[in-house]
Amino acid sequence: MTVDTVELAATTPDVEQPHAELGLKSDEYARIRDILGRRPTTAELAMYSVMWSEHCSYKSSKVHLRRFGDLPPSEHLLVGIGENAGVVDVGDGYAVTFKVESHNHPSYIEPYQGAATGVGGIVRDILTMGARPVAVMDSLRFGRADAPDTARVLPGVVAGVGGYGNCLGLPNIGGELLFDECYAGNPLVNALCVGVMRHEDVRLARAEGVGNKVVLFGARTGGDGIGGVSVLASETFDAEGPAKRPSVQVGDPFTEKLLIEACLEIFGQDLVTGIQDLGGAGLSCATSELASAGTGGMHVDLDRVPLRDSTLTPAEILMSESQERMCAIVEPGKVDAFLAVCRKWDVLATVIGEVTAGDRLTVDWHGERIVDVPPRTVAHEGPVYERPMRRPADLDGLQADDPAALPRPATPEELTAHWLAVVASPDGADKTWVTEQYDRYVRGNTVLAQPDDAGVVRIDEDSHRGIALALDGNARYARLDPYAGAQLNLAEAYRNVAVTGARPLAVTNCLNFGSPEEPEVMWQFAEAVRGLADACRDLGLPVTGGNVSLYNQTGDVAINPTPVIGVLGVHDDVRDRVPTGWRAAGETVLLLGETRPEFGGSAWASVVHGHLGGRPPAVDLAAERALGRLLGALGREGLVTSAHDLADGGLAQALAESALRYGTGATLRLAADPFTALFSESGARALVTTTDPEAVRTTAEWAGVAVTELGTTGGDVLAVDGVGELPLAELRAVWTATLPALFGSPEATVGAVPAGTVPTS
Amino acid sequence: MRIGVITFPGSLDDVDAARAVRLAGAEPVALWHAEHDLKDVDAIVLPGGFSYGDYLRAGAIAARAPMVQDVVDRARKGMPVLGICNGFQVLCEAGLLPGALTRNSHLHFRNRDQRLRIERADTAWTSDYATGQEIVVPVKNGEGRYVASPAELERLEGEGRVAVRYVGGNPNGSLRDVAGVTGEDGRVVGLMPHPEHAVEDLTGPSTDGLGFFTSILEAVVSA
Repeated sequence: MTVDTVELAATTPDVEQPHAELGLKSDEYARIRDILGRRPTTAELAMYSVMWSEHCSYKSSKVHLRRFGDLPPSEHLLVGIGENAGVVDVGDGYAVTFKVESHNHPSYIEPYQGAATGVGGIVRDILTMGARPVAVMDSLRFGRADAPDTARVLPGVVAGVGGYGNCLGLPNIGGELLFDECYAGNPLVNALCVGVMRHEDVRLARAEGVGNKVVLFGARTGGDGIGGVSVLASETFDAEGPAKRPSVQVGDPFTEKLLIEACLEIFGQDLVTGIQDLGGAGLSCATSELASAGTGGMHVDLDRVPLRDSTLTPAEILMSESQERMCAIVEPGKVDAFLAVCRKWDVLATVIGEVTAGDRLTVDWHGERIVDVPPRTVAHEGPVYERPMRRPADLDGLQADDPAALPRPATPEELTAHWLAVVASPDGADKTWVTEQYDRYVRGNTVLAQPDDAGVVRIDEDSHRGIALALDGNARYARLDPYAGAQLNLAEAYRNVAVTGARPLAVTNCLNFGSPEEPEVMWQFAEAVRGLADACRDLGLPVTGGNVSLYNQTGDVAINPTPVIGVLGVHDDVRDRVPTGWRAAGETVLLLGETRPEFGGSAWASVVHGHLGGRPPAVDLAAERALGRLLGALGREGLVTSAHDLADGGLAQALAESALRYGTGATLRLAADPFTALFSESGARALVTTTDPEAVRTTAEWAGVAVTELGTTGGDVLAVDGVGELPLAELRAVWTATLPALFGSPEATVGAVPAGTVPTS
Repeated sequence: MRIGVITFPGSLDDVDAARAVRLAGAEPVALWHAEHDLKDVDAIVLPGGFSYGDYLRAGAIAARAPMVQDVVDRARKGMPVLGICNGFQVLCEAGLLPGALTRNSHLHFRNRDQRLRIERADTAWTSDYATGQEIVVPVKNGEGRYVASPAELERLEGEGRVAVRYVGGNPNGSLRDVAGVTGEDGRVVGLMPHPEHAVEDLTGPSTDGLGFFTSILEAVVSA
């Protein structure tokens, strides 16, 4: 086999190159030739094709994402957008890094490995920042729950998220599971990881110091995942096309666990000057990004890369997305110590090159130069598009289709039937079928996990400092109004963190949309980004980073715009955390916030009428802020015994979840119109229980939040004046039956300890 | 009182086991699988996790680790050893405890708060409980189904070697609801559920698990 060298490329300008097959447009290919002053070699073309893919270059989204960078600087942000993940100061010298990333396309093709490697990838991003990963979350969306393909994809995805995360020893502390027809050919698998470090331990991905060594460590490089970012994540699926399974990576969580422990020991001994994980675009990405962010020069001998498959071509080695690999920049005097730590953990580590003077990234293969490029043009100066945008033609009609016209339940029997329907719907139902496949206890610091509104993790056993995290992404709201929808999702995640008593500090996001080449999708994207940025400015929260997943569409049908928003909060003392469920009888149930007749995009309209139309609930960020302040104060003062955010399914869903958590009912009176009270999805609301309602009222008055007394906890029914009596046993039966009925109930007789019966010894 | 916690490549609940030892009032001592130095510990915990990625069979490779050979020798001379989850699998693979742990009958990894009955309150690791006492601790495993031949099971039941049993539902299809067994002298105990995850009100479903770690203090002191 003749190798396509730089020398050969310079003398054979007319060789036909398969740029289109690699996902490059003709003008992009022409630009590469301009940059290099010749045609690219096969290896160079491979590098540019993966690095200039939508997934790696953000070429369609970049112009919009600048809005996040333009937010006012935050005193809490230690490292901002642009690194592998943002880093936030959470006090006492602790820093937290968190990020959510999509692995949508691979998970559709090969659900288990797609989801597993999604978790693996985001964990490496967090590790790369110098942090110990401490927890994961997953936000999942599938087609209709009863669709045959959902039965293929969902069990594999759940097993993959669990299989990888469990084996890494990371507790899964929460997430989302939602269903909608629009995800039938495009399930969304978004994984979040959060890590903790001391301020001084932050690491950056840059190659500096001429003569420093480039060390590749972790798994061997194989033929899996070649072109994953360009072929899979950056093109619309074509039902007629060839199977794309070879583009999906295969994960080995055991190797990743060793990589985590080895890295943390390496960081502890201060053995690296820069580090980057190998994810999408593999070695192409790691080398070009390290060089580009550093002084610019790097040389790599590709022959030294340990291979699983000796037949791989140099271009394939550069593009491979084999998992569980990292690349570090190490001073020559520290290489031996670095390799010793790797040996201790049975991690393969190889010096493959060094930092060089100048500003070229060069790669040799069998003694011949096959890559000679300015790394900045590969990693950071890719194409940027101002894609055309157009407000969707159907949006006026959709917004005019007001759910106010839908038939409403009038009798107590109808109200009860609709209540049960919402609670038993796949979106509203108990998620134990999924979450019991995840380890939520490992590391022993999980204070709250699903089904609580947010995950809460202790980060210091002596000071009891902790963090709270929530992920939310209502796509129905975003379909009706992407600007407001993104803001509502932020508000919900903010509330979910606040109900635990935490102080919201920072935001991450995973923006899942259709094809950017569709002007209507591009408009949705731009509006969502604008909405999120404006709301973050208003709430005073920095965006620490994020991920964009485009081309989530099959044929010309795009998914509903799905901006999944993550909010990080801090607990000065996690012992003050507020759980969601009702435990004791005789406590007063209070509703915080104001309820308006808002049903656009609601769970009620969707579940009962299969309807999506009208306007989403009004965004009131001042009210969200006031509620957040109030919840924080109530938590610190110990004035509430539980708190639950109101969101999808409104009060109906929140009451059911609060009662079922520990098997405690309540006797309640609703406002004059029980339908609106139960099913409206007005924002800035939460349900709390207290033994001191007067103190809660006084505090709420101070915060400027309306309080409505609903009743008293106790008994084994939800007795609602004007609606009827719902026995908790009946409610639990319908709530827990849905997912096992859809996805199989292995040994239904195998029972857990019923909630509320845990003895206190 | 020094209690060693062995870390293998892929061990996950070693930090949790060490915390439980500390909360019980003993000194946790980190031990490394590849060494032969047991650092003068009085008892040993083999923690949960996926040692060696569960490759070959769960616990099979770790059972051949240098340190486990030392643990087997010491256990045969009376050193108390507790194997939790993957640690239980290692003890079975190493021949210190009878039976084997296989894939859960429903094939799912399952994590839930599980009710257990202490069947033997006279082992080195369960003396702080009462016989027949019911406790709740987390269970979480994919390969936790306890199996042994019918004759072996009869023998174990006859000798009172079933130390802990699942009640109120069997999470993984274990034969005879066996959650944990003990060696002949009651010094070695292995169980699939995780007592080290039920040692603090803040993070566990109960503090019922602490008894395993307080029991050993007395066992060692009185030995």
